[in-house]
Amino acid sequence: MSYFTLIGLIVALGVVGFFIGRQKVRASKLRLHSLPRYYGTFVAINVIVPAIFALATWLVIAPFFVKNPIAAQITDTMIPEGGAADLVMSDIERIATGMAIAVQNGTLDLNAIDANTDLDKLFDTLAAAGVVMGGAINPDVVSLAAHYTRASQTSHSLMIVAVLLVAVGGFIFAYRRLKPDFRARNNVEQAYLRILMMAAGVAILTTVGIVASMLFETINFLGLHSWRDFFFGLNWAPNFHGDSELAILPLLWGTLYISLVALLVAVPIGLFAAIYLSEYAPKSVRGIAKPLLEVLAGIPTIVYGLFALVVFGPFLRDLFGDGGAFGVEWMGDARSVATAGIMMGVMLIPFVSSLSDDIINAVPQSLRDGSFGLGATQSETVKQVILPAALPGIVGAILLAASRAIGETMIVVLGAGAIARFTANPLEALTTITTRIVAQLTGDGDFNSPETLVAFALGLTLFFITLGLNVIALTIVRKYREQYE
Amino acid sequence: MNTPSHTRSLYDITDRTKRRNATEKRFRFYGVLAITLGVLMLAVLATTIVSKGTGAFQQTFVTLRIELLESKLDKKGNRDIEDMKKVSTFGYAPLINTAMENVVAQYAIETPLKPKEMAAIISKSAASQMRDRVLANPDLVGQTVEFKLLANSWIDGYLKGRVTRDSIANNKNVSAEQLDFVDKLRDAGLLKKSFNMAFITGADASDQRPEDAGIGVAMIGSLAMMFVVLALALPIGVAASIYLEEFAPKNWITDVIEVNISNLAAVPSIVFGILGLAIFINMMHLPQSAPLVGGLVLTLMTLPTIIISTRAALKAVPPSIRSAALGLGASKMQSVFHHVLPLAAPGILTGTIIGLAQALGETAPLLLIGMIGYIATNMPDTIVSGLMAPNSVMPAQIYEWAKRADPAFYERAWGGIIILLVFLISMNTLAVILRRRFERRW
Repeated sequence: MSYFTLIGLIVALGVVGFFIGRQKVRASKLRLHSLPRYYGTFVAINVIVPAIFALATWLVIAPFFVKNPIAAQITDTMIPEGGAADLVMSDIERIATGMAIAVQNGTLDLNAIDANTDLDKLFDTLAAAGVVMGGAINPDVVSLAAHYTRASQTSHSLMIVAVLLVAVGGFIFAYRRLKPDFRARNNVEQAYLRILMMAAGVAILTTVGIVASMLFETINFLGLHSWRDFFFGLNWAPNFHGDSELAILPLLWGTLYISLVALLVAVPIGLFAAIYLSEYAPKSVRGIAKPLLEVLAGIPTIVYGLFALVVFGPFLRDLFGDGGAFGVEWMGDARSVATAGIMMGVMLIPFVSSLSDDIINAVPQSLRDGSFGLGATQSETVKQVILPAALPGIVGAILLAASRAIGETMIVVLGAGAIARFTANPLEALTTITTRIVAQLTGDGDFNSPETLVAFALGLTLFFITLGLNVIALTIVRKYREQYE
Repeated sequence: MNTPSHTRSLYDITDRTKRRNATEKRFRFYGVLAITLGVLMLAVLATTIVSKGTGAFQQTFVTLRIELLESKLDKKGNRDIEDMKKVSTFGYAPLINTAMENVVAQYAIETPLKPKEMAAIISKSAASQMRDRVLANPDLVGQTVEFKLLANSWIDGYLKGRVTRDSIANNKNVSAEQLDFVDKLRDAGLLKKSFNMAFITGADASDQRPEDAGIGVAMIGSLAMMFVVLALALPIGVAASIYLEEFAPKNWITDVIEVNISNLAAVPSIVFGILGLAIFINMMHLPQSAPLVGGLVLTLMTLPTIIISTRAALKAVPPSIRSAALGLGASKMQSVFHHVLPLAAPGILTGTIIGLAQALGETAPLLLIGMIGYIATNMPDTIVSGLMAPNSVMPAQIYEWAKRADPAFYERAWGGIIILLVFLISMNTLAVILRRRFERRW
């Protein structure tokens, strides 16, 4: 029985319990505490929730009882040259998967497998079931796999029985409590409240999951590669021989440089756009320009990346590269810091603009009126009264935009290149932390090698940098914000 | 003029005033300049997308009458599908050569090319298309049937202006004589560009055959993923918002949850990809590159957006509604679910649509769970396989095409972007229309 069917069965039992419970109290002549459907729901919850809980617990615990005895039986003779017990275990699991499918198809009889089984024929059957085994497999391993398959099947059957028993037990427990003065609605609403709390807990689980998953692999990485080299080294040169130089500083330089260029583009344009739209623009212009700028925020970043790669990069190269309009040879490849940085700046304009717009609008009119009353022009009012009043919020907006720029991936993957170095020329290619995470995790490579695990260390560093920026932004805004009544 | 101010008329403009007025004008100008730059960038992006992408919807086709010789395709003559399947595409290719010879004879085209070189202007996928059609209708064997076959990407590029006679000098895939031949075929009306539905509905193709690549399968993957996100993020997000807004006590645990949510909203998307890789693929052993896994990762990413917009919608419902419900004897839970939630539903709906639109365009986290480098060649056949079988999604497919660094694939990437933007624009317009329609001013 598949898991879908099992869960479907549990839900069906719950629904049946609902109708039975509801019918029981409807039949009573006495006055009920709650509406009949709450009694029904009470029964249904008591059937479904314990059963699902039992299912989850079994799924988590059972592997220890099924896998570990088998793993303990792996003797040294079974481990091939240069292999390990883990690899033998995963071979066993694969063979067992194939056997399970073959048994389900009816092409394999588990009881017929013993020391005399023709291994080639067995592997043909497995291949027909979709599991192809390469290389020579020890017959002892095959018989262990047969044990494993049998043990898994037994565990599966026991699980189904246990879960269904729990469901029925829950039904009996709930049914006996159904009396007319039983406070069904309160019970059911408590259950709903717990479900709501768990949903809110998903947010915490996500953060914990993010930090834990990256931390775990980072610790693995730091076991394989010195932390001093990672944090203080100056070269990024991964290779397959094993003596890669993996340091975060060149990548950090690339990330910060590109983000700086992006902010240099986004902040002046965004801020001036916000000032114009909130102070000077007539309603009609504001009604058109603001939505148009918001559209820039809705365009997926892959579009910006492709535009940088195919249009903007070659355009810059035509200007600054060999044989270009300016006759200089500053730019080699179309991909560069300027390409990615400027496109990222364009993407961030609406971000800065709409945040600043909200903040500038929050400054009360009385300050503006006072300034005008003293004879200032509009620009002087903005420069000397409004901007200082809105400054904490604007600084917060800039920091949030910086955090977004640091974490951006697609634009830099397509537009910035793959070379890690320390250079101040904005027309040269530089790589960033995010680009290298994608490259290291999607390339070929053993998962447990330092070259792949470094991506987790990079991800953790990135997470903490953006987290730090966001926290600082929030604190600045909260601490220095003027409270107008 | 430096005369004392009490002898000066207000209508005399001093130097200082002139400077201040000039500064004012400059300041205004900067503002207008900023807005113009922003709108200009938008216009440049839009024109680039449209001009470069519409080419992908048109493809060059060659109309050929091909004689489906029974001697080559169905040697036993009994129209048995199993026997006919044994004839691979190698068996169909010579038929195209013969058809080319016939065309040259029929239209009196002068060309120094041999039939094999003439047939080379047809896409390598043509033989496979022919085979599929014959296997679907075995009765066609023995007749002369008109086929509309794709031309290869170089010829397509020639008709679209990508490939010129100068640029083919070092190209061994296409020669000047072939281009002459193509011109003559075009004059004879046998070769022309027409609307290519296969781009929208078809599957991706390998590096060698950009003319055959389509985004249809990736669209299905995107749809499956959006379905997962909707089914998971909406209930969890609304439940969490209701708890935080209505029921949570004001203690430090609630503060931690709220800080967590606003932090998650600002975490880079690639970190979610790492989370998906580490937990869903490595720990839970879910299939790589499956829309289910992509949906789970994007659910976690969209959750903060939905929670924030749902909380705003719940806050907008006035407290009088809640008080009235409680006054008539409802419990807190009943007042929330029977009264507050239905009134907040329009705001929740628009927030969800906007969150889904953001999720549709996300690429980075999906690259890490394996949707990169996967060539989506088969339509999934069942719902479960649609969710669990490896597939691609539209943004990842566009990235994959962009990576191939072939101008023919760039064109397809832009075409894919057009389709993606059509989806996004319609979703956002739907959200705006719904908001206008159901907005209530309390």
